[in-house]
Amino acid sequence: MSATRTDVLVVGGGGAGCSTALHLASRGVRCILLERGQIGGQASGVNYGGVRQQGRHAAELPLARRSREIWARLPELVGTDCEFEVTGHLKLARNEAEEADLVAYLDVAKTNGLPLIMIGGNAIHQQYPWLGPDVAAGSFAPDDGAANPRLLSPALARAARDKGADVREFSPVSNLAHDGTEFIVQSGEHEFRARYLVNTAGYWGAAIAKAFGEVVPISPLNPNMLVTEPLPYFITPNLGVVGGDVYLRQIRRGNVIFGGGRGESDPDVPRSRPLPEPSYAVMAKALQLVPQLAGVQVIRSWTGIDGETPDDIPVIGPSRTTPGLFHAFGFSGHGFQLGPVIGAIMSELILDGRTDVPLEPFRIDRFAQDALINQQGQRHEASRHA
Amino acid sequence: MSVVIVGAGPAGTRAAEVLAGAGLRPIVIDEAPDSGGRIYQRQPAGFHRTARDLYGFEAAKAQAVHDVFDHLRPSIDFRPRTLAWNLRSGVIDTICDGKASAVPFEQTILCTGAMDRVIPLPGWTLPGVFTLGGSQISLKAQGCAIGARVAFLGTGPLLYLVAYQYARAGAQVVAVLDTTPFATKARQAFGLMRGRATFAKGLYYIARLRAHGIPIAEGVTPLMIAGSGRVESLSWHDARGARHEAAVDAVALGWGLKPEAQLADLAGVPFDFDSVQHNWVPRQDATGRTSVEGVFLAGDGSGIRGADLAEAAGARAAWAVLAARGLAVDTHAVARLDATLAAGATFRAALERAFPFPAKLAADMADDTILCRCEAITAGEVRAAANEASATLPPPEVNRAKALTRVGMGRCQGRVCGAAAAEVLASMLSCPVEQVGRLRGQPPVKPIPILPAEAA
Repeated sequence: MSATRTDVLVVGGGGAGCSTALHLASRGVRCILLERGQIGGQASGVNYGGVRQQGRHAAELPLARRSREIWARLPELVGTDCEFEVTGHLKLARNEAEEADLVAYLDVAKTNGLPLIMIGGNAIHQQYPWLGPDVAAGSFAPDDGAANPRLLSPALARAARDKGADVREFSPVSNLAHDGTEFIVQSGEHEFRARYLVNTAGYWGAAIAKAFGEVVPISPLNPNMLVTEPLPYFITPNLGVVGGDVYLRQIRRGNVIFGGGRGESDPDVPRSRPLPEPSYAVMAKALQLVPQLAGVQVIRSWTGIDGETPDDIPVIGPSRTTPGLFHAFGFSGHGFQLGPVIGAIMSELILDGRTDVPLEPFRIDRFAQDALINQQGQRHEASRHA
Repeated sequence: MSVVIVGAGPAGTRAAEVLAGAGLRPIVIDEAPDSGGRIYQRQPAGFHRTARDLYGFEAAKAQAVHDVFDHLRPSIDFRPRTLAWNLRSGVIDTICDGKASAVPFEQTILCTGAMDRVIPLPGWTLPGVFTLGGSQISLKAQGCAIGARVAFLGTGPLLYLVAYQYARAGAQVVAVLDTTPFATKARQAFGLMRGRATFAKGLYYIARLRAHGIPIAEGVTPLMIAGSGRVESLSWHDARGARHEAAVDAVALGWGLKPEAQLADLAGVPFDFDSVQHNWVPRQDATGRTSVEGVFLAGDGSGIRGADLAEAAGARAAWAVLAARGLAVDTHAVARLDATLAAGATFRAALERAFPFPAKLAADMADDTILCRCEAITAGEVRAAANEASATLPPPEVNRAKALTRVGMGRCQGRVCGAAAAEVLASMLSCPVEQVGRLRGQPPVKPIPILPAEAA
């Protein structure tokens, strides 16, 4: 068996992993990224494409803010803007209780420097005359937007390669171990050895953590999404709702992308597929927001596999069992927007021993037995999609 | 629980006949308003052409298939105008007249037919360009020609048949342009003789076309379709490389057929690349049974074999369903069907070799030719994505090419451009076309409307 030695091994080639490889390579660190399938083949590549800070869990906002800065610099970082467009994100309330929810979030946003504009019932229908009558109010985040998820991970991976990172697709890993000095990972006939290991394996990140004695209760998250034939462009902002049961945007080419509810998956294959019942259900919810979409043809539906944690925020930070191991997985539907900053954070943790965003809420050991009990019934409503 | 047949063409009709004969009441789903499939498409209500007018030599077969189906109507649950848009474990999802249903099945026989295989060329998106099959259906179903001065371009038996039918219907057939050289066909003459009747009909159509003074050219290379706002001319190189141009107002093109196997794909049936057909074909045994529990295949949707064998395969798959249900099987009938299917396979292989898919024509498409017409993606854009020097990761297979460029991502979901896109990519990567794979099926297999809550 051939053995390859490097400084950092990154396992998982989604946005977080590719960004990690790029940031490490940019600082002159030798790294090898091992991706089981194709780069961006799962949650990072097939999500809704929302680049959204509004509605994020308070703990995620500092990361989301910093990631948003990187989104603005993508052309210089990776040579393409990945079709990122600052359309604004309009979060809608469909009743008084939901409106109260929007108002309550204004404080969270203010604390974190996220600009939000509350739009009342009359104004919102004047401003967006195509909204359905059930829309009661909205909160507009002018800095948010959307991008093409299919482009981000390959672009990051390509840029990482250009900086010298060794990005390998179709390289599933097995037999992960640490011999007291370095990590030993097998992939097919190859053995890889490195002082540092970064776990950016999405849903499968929990299995990698488990190999080092860290248990994270994770479940597959399969957002059910659809896209229509192209229509004249009229829905300018990226739309969401309180509760997250429908999200909808139109791209300039004219297609309307919308989603809500869950598909199904078998992560062991891996295989995932959208389901008709949530598709029909979200059609009705989309019509409530934008009634004139009635009868528009849906040309494709899809889902992917993300990892969802019990408290709906990711695991980010150092291992509590194995020095040199760093985790960033279980993004619970928030990984697309956060992906770019994860590489910055991981490279800082490895090279500087610190980072400037608070990672305490994302500790891997927060899922200890008593912590689990406390979380019953406390799942944050924060957005279950990217 | 029911047996569900998807598709009421020759295969679906014969499958329903066997099942109903055994006392079952199958559900038969079809997109069209009536049975018959595309090959034996029925005319709309109020049209009164004879079977002979509509189906020519095939009139007796068409009539027989229609009669069987009409006779079966009381003993089956026929659901016309119904799109089967998704298939999952034991359930087919349908939409009929804006109303959604989930149709459970214990066994299903997918008789989903075929569609034209198209190679894009400059100008193919102009109004007035149709597929061969589409131009035939226009004539058969509604009695409409696609134009007054029509050129037929492509290869395969359908090329000559449709041209003949147009000439007979009174359209001016300007030229019949076959991309296959005469020598390629001649090499298969021995194998083709095995399908004597079909072979003889082919010769008859060609003879009639020549008798009408219609120019037939073999071994041509199409250059472009041109016109401002609609088709005005077609140009090509003949076998010797001389340039020709003809004034036309419509072009029908097609290079053989490809299975419409999206439902089998969604069911999880594995696919193999059939190098003779040059198509991806869902895997099945000789009875039509797949490796997916309860899913059976028949007709051109299971691999292109033509209408006659579709009838046999439909019946054969129905017997396999009866066996799976533990019901009695007529072993004599099954033996006859097996013999028919085996004999037909030899002729079919010769036919495919006689009219091969001109993969090079697709692979050599000019950079500025629109490859994916739904998303307006050029061949050059796909090549750029496959180029090592491009801004993203080069696509090792067609699904990545789709993700990066949107090729095959529009209304047709790659049903039209998928085959040609694979050739362009394979040639760019210098690998056999099967190595770049095939576009994965995703529901809906055809577009479905956004429905209000009360319709779902």
